[in-house]
Amino acid sequence: MLSKVWYSLNGLSSKKPLKYILYISAVIIFFALILIPPIIGILSKVDSLDAVLNDPIMVDAVLGAIGASFAIGLVVAALDLLAGVPLAWLITRGKSKWLTVLDTLADLPFVVPTAALGYSLLLFWSLSPAELFGQPFVSPGWGLVMLLHFTFSFPVVVRVIVGALLDYKMEYERASRTLGAPPLTASRTVTFPIIKPSLIAAYTLAFARSLSETGATFIVAAGLFLNGPVFIQTVSNQFSSGAISQNTYEGAIVFASLILIVVSLILFILIRVLGKKIKLPFGHGLPTFEKKLSYKKGAYVRDSIALAVFFVIVLVPSLFVALPAFQAIITGSTFVEVFTGSGIWASFWSSLGLSYALAAIVTVLGILFGLPMAILISRKTFGQLPSAILDTLINVPIIVPSIALGVSLKFFWSNLSGVPEFLLLIFAHLAITYPYFVRSMSAAMERISIEMEEASKTLGAKPLTVFRSIVWPITKYSILSGAIIVFTRSVSETGATLAVASKLKTAPVLIVDWVNSVRATIPTIPGVDTLTVGLACGLLILFSFIILLVLRLLTKKGKV
Amino acid sequence: MPDVRVVNVVKKYGKVYALNNVSLNIHDQEYFSLLGPSGCGKTTLLRLIAGLIDPDGGEIYIGDCRVDKAPPEDRDIGFVFQTFALFPHMTAWSNVLYGPKVKNYDTKQAETIGHEVLELVKLSERLNAYPNELSGGMMQRIAVARALAAGAKTLLLDEPLGQLDAKVRNDIRYEIRRMAKDLKLTAIHVTHDQAEAMSISDRIAVMKKGKIIQVGTPKELYMHPNSIFVAFFIGESNLLEGHITKSDDKIAEMELREGYTIEAFNQKKLKMGDRAVLAIRPETCAMRQGLINENRNGLFGVVEKTTFEGTIVRYDIRLVNGDRFLINRPSLTEEWVSIGQEVTITYPLEKAHLFPYPENGLNDEISV
Ligand SMILES: Nc1ncnc2c1ncn2[C@@H]1O[C@H](COP(=O)(O)OP(=O)(O)O)[C@@H](O)[C@H]1O
Ligand SMILES: [Mg+2]
Repeated sequence: MLSKVWYSLNGLSSKKPLKYILYISAVIIFFALILIPPIIGILSKVDSLDAVLNDPIMVDAVLGAIGASFAIGLVVAALDLLAGVPLAWLITRGKSKWLTVLDTLADLPFVVPTAALGYSLLLFWSLSPAELFGQPFVSPGWGLVMLLHFTFSFPVVVRVIVGALLDYKMEYERASRTLGAPPLTASRTVTFPIIKPSLIAAYTLAFARSLSETGATFIVAAGLFLNGPVFIQTVSNQFSSGAISQNTYEGAIVFASLILIVVSLILFILIRVLGKKIKLPFGHGLPTFEKKLSYKKGAYVRDSIALAVFFVIVLVPSLFVALPAFQAIITGSTFVEVFTGSGIWASFWSSLGLSYALAAIVTVLGILFGLPMAILISRKTFGQLPSAILDTLINVPIIVPSIALGVSLKFFWSNLSGVPEFLLLIFAHLAITYPYFVRSMSAAMERISIEMEEASKTLGAKPLTVFRSIVWPITKYSILSGAIIVFTRSVSETGATLAVASKLKTAPVLIVDWVNSVRATIPTIPGVDTLTVGLACGLLILFSFIILLVLRLLTKKGKV
Repeated sequence: MPDVRVVNVVKKYGKVYALNNVSLNIHDQEYFSLLGPSGCGKTTLLRLIAGLIDPDGGEIYIGDCRVDKAPPEDRDIGFVFQTFALFPHMTAWSNVLYGPKVKNYDTKQAETIGHEVLELVKLSERLNAYPNELSGGMMQRIAVARALAAGAKTLLLDEPLGQLDAKVRNDIRYEIRRMAKDLKLTAIHVTHDQAEAMSISDRIAVMKKGKIIQVGTPKELYMHPNSIFVAFFIGESNLLEGHITKSDDKIAEMELREGYTIEAFNQKKLKMGDRAVLAIRPETCAMRQGLINENRNGLFGVVEKTTFEGTIVRYDIRLVNGDRFLINRPSLTEEWVSIGQEVTITYPLEKAHLFPYPENGLNDEISV
């Protein structure tokens, strides 16, 4: 039965018109659901720009803030790559069976709701050394913002590189070794050049994530540091408190968003063009030096540093907020409440259910809509230029500051009355996660086109067959990685969700409410304290960890 | 002096032995083949020698050095991969220069070496093409050139001709041997194609299920197979089952099914009552029309099928006891026998090999 369906689908897939219908619908869905809404949302307020442009102080503030955004994003993404590649290497090449767990742990900072993450880092970096030195180890401000951005974009880098390394054919590296290259030389001259598209994708995603993150950055900036999103958040807060007019508020959002979008699109094009051109020189004499670093001691030092950076700078600080959960386990009293779902916990469980349902739907839709787009972009089905343009445009939803994205989406969709809020949430999350999937997938596919040996053998095979027999086997880990990023990103998304939904509360939104209540001088929600916040974060993280681990073990057993 | 020695090497994947206590001595400048059916462990053995995988036990020597703990780059070997593994992001020319460059030769030296090896593999065009733009034959030459350019004295080749079509394959196999000989290399060539191994090797190791069954020159393997498996795998053999009814040091008398008796040399000293298998090659037999009862090594049957294969005709014969028997006869110098004809087959005693019946049955012995 199934094989019959497959056979007829396969037959259909080779029909040109049908193939194009598939691609065109992917493009249409992208424009209609993902790209146009926020853009229109922003453009419809373009009139309000005057209010800002006539105010030089405001213009200076915006430009300064955006300059800071780019500086931080470019530097942080580079640092992420520097630290993420060795960890991805350890995860994919190490022999310990604990590596699956490490692999899953690397996703965790991505599931912590961003606002909770900011709070967590604030607690971690100011608390412990404060008792030792009498002052915070890293005080709020740009230093902490750098740490924060490093932390939350790190999982993207690890995920994309792990997928690329798993899909990579080891035979090339082995060939290099038999030709006399020590391991480091082999990876520098063969492995990394071959997975270069994925390295570039990882850098781009980390950079974009850093550009747009709002919630957590606002917390750790603590008024001492201003980048694009923090600026928008500040303006938005001023508007809520009545300090500025609606016109100024909208003008500021539009101005900041437009500059962010335009400048980053130019940057992406530059990265794309330069990335293709970059060819490391062979490095005469370098192999001798690399040989010294390649073996046991060198590898040991490299692994230790990678692990240390991951645990100390990424993992522990982001999970720190969940620490009170242990306290709850020890005292036990809160536990009964939690699991009977009494009091505030009833709303927690329903929001958790909502979050996972949403994430699952968004992941499936993301793969469905994203895969044809990734193929389209990497295969240049419609020609060089259109694919380059699409490739650049898919980044838009993740470079717009998440709060601005949420506001503009809400504006766009609220024009169409009768759209249920859940659908709105799906659209918002789809817009935010889509670029991650398409970017990592198209990088993986681009790599295949340089490994066309197999593909050339099956010329004449039907497209679906080609997908199943060539594309799937050599990109399945990248697809899995993409899916994991989409899922985790959706589970943690706060800013846009907050702006879009008023009735439905996802887990991150609920947690942000709780965090705000705890940080407020007079708690706004009775029954919420640091312990409940910690427990809520802990549970969210724990369930996500289990889901991801199970997913990973299932796919490991070769069931994909 | 890169002779290669493998001593009691073991490699397990899970509970499965990919190599079970394998020992081998390959001489300096020898062209040596590892031959066996797919999955018998040839690639595993070659990769162990190269250092691409680590053994679970045993020792490996290249020249005078024990290398089983050394990384591949320190073993001074060249490796030609089954799928070639040409670096997809480099041109053919850069692929060839990779080894010399990694070994820190200066550009001029590297290029001189590059030109030398390309001359050896007879390739001078399309050097600026990327691997995915090259034909299978060209990729193969580049792969060999790349391995040679690194300057190693031991060349390991994993089914280097497997990806090529039949015509190209036959041309190239002699060229590889010639190059290895010209450069005085020790070559280890993995193949599942016995014709390929027979035609280019100085010596061959026949492998089965992680073990080496026999090592010898092509002629030795063909003339004196030490087992039913080798007799069956190298060339072809008819396998007749039966039991010994009479035996002395020289000759044994064997009874086939239906009480039909024949004779063979008793090299394995089988005793009366032993079950036995007689291996007879199709090309060693003579055939006459009609049933002529004058020899103890005559077999009677009826021709069921004939196949014309150019220089030979193959006769598929049903013996009177029901066994099938194949015979090859020259097609030009002899009159053909037609289907349905009763024939008498005779085989030279010294070219038929009598083996004890295998412990796990005949099918298991020849299954791969
Ligand atoms: N990486 C591996 N993991 C598990 N089993 C393997 C692996 N490589 C080879 N094997 C097994 O070891 C045996 C020998 O394989 P191989 O050396 O590739 O055979 P050959 O090259 O003779 O065809 C086979 O049964 C194969 O399935
Ligand atoms: Mg093999």
